[in-house]
Amino acid sequence: MRGWSDRSLQAAVGGILRFGVAAAALIVACGGAIYLARHGAQTAALGRFQGEPEELRTAAGILRSALALSGRGLIQLGLLVLIATPVARVAFSILGFALERDRLYVAVTVLVLSFLLFSLLGGGRL
Amino acid sequence: MTILGSSALVAAGSLAAGFLGALTGLGGGVVIVPLLTLGLHVDIRYAIGASLVSVIATSSGAAAAYVREGYTNIRIGMFLELATTLGAIAGAVLAARLPAGAIAVVFGAALLLSAWMNLRPRPEHPAASGDPLARRLRLEGSCPGAGPGAPPRAYGARRVPLGFALMGLAGILSGLLGIGSGALKVLAMDQAMRLPFKVSTTTSNFMIGVTAAASAGIYLDRGYIDPGLTMPVMLGVLAGSLLGARALIAARVRVLRWVFSGVIAALAVEMILAGLRGGL
Repeated sequence: MRGWSDRSLQAAVGGILRFGVAAAALIVACGGAIYLARHGAQTAALGRFQGEPEELRTAAGILRSALALSGRGLIQLGLLVLIATPVARVAFSILGFALERDRLYVAVTVLVLSFLLFSLLGGGRL
Repeated sequence: MTILGSSALVAAGSLAAGFLGALTGLGGGVVIVPLLTLGLHVDIRYAIGASLVSVIATSSGAAAAYVREGYTNIRIGMFLELATTLGAIAGAVLAARLPAGAIAVVFGAALLLSAWMNLRPRPEHPAASGDPLARRLRLEGSCPGAGPGAPPRAYGARRVPLGFALMGLAGILSGLLGIGSGALKVLAMDQAMRLPFKVSTTTSNFMIGVTAAASAGIYLDRGYIDPGLTMPVMLGVLAGSLLGARALIAARVRVLRWVFSGVIAALAVEMILAGLRGGL
């Protein structure tokens, strides 16, 4: 049936996932090392929920604090890469289905991607 | 305790959780939240944030290996992700509106359910062809046959609306509790939609990351994802699950599954009691 193209699509999807997770883990580990070196001796306190500060909640804020080589900022950047990995996988699948001229699944995938972007771009505040 | 000490403790616990989760097929996420809340008195909102992120890491890491084997059905996964992503957004919105105690009680109930479903024998009755709705949606495929040289087996989906509804519920639980909801996703596919086991488990794993990403954005925006806590959880669970997948070939999984399911059931009761007492 759609054997060949499905196989190559799957191989590419697998590659995206592996690369995304590896990159995220590396960035998180670097950020973690900086964070522990600077703050490791302080007392841990997560018993009461306070919420994260603005610069660790939005993509722009995270990018700024990561560029300033803040340990916590770098960790959040790695986590952002991790969250973006399945999203990139979905976006890439649109291309795959379009190459197979499968209009139904291009539409399904565009819809899934729009739900993901709605959530990532702050739609949950509504 | 210092941050260095608690990070080491959290990393060790997460490593063990990821290892056992991969070995038993129950996933590491289910024990992370009880471990952090009951064991280390972390606020449940920080705990579900860290757990959800680790779920994305293990799902994506394992899915990369599975898609190559040819069992994962990308079309079925994508179609059902319509239900899980919408559910996950609803669940994450709900998480902000429910009190911590109520979330703990629902968490305990979901834990009990997944431990029970993991031990219950599940008859496999894959359908060789799908019903008309499934055929129109192209929810079908073929997977490698049993044994080397065997011809590929064709399969099709049944009862699509039921499967879709169960997937929506799995999405809500995932967004509300920061877990992968793998047990419910597999149930929706192999029992409701009559898909082969291997197709159900690998496609479920493939979907977990996308489902979790749908609520992770909302968690991040709400400030549930604390970098200091999530760092050791994510790295620990990821390393543990990679090791667990390696060890899977040599281990006697049956006994281990009983033991781990027992641990999960005990944690579930603890969570429910703590939630009712308002101790979280």
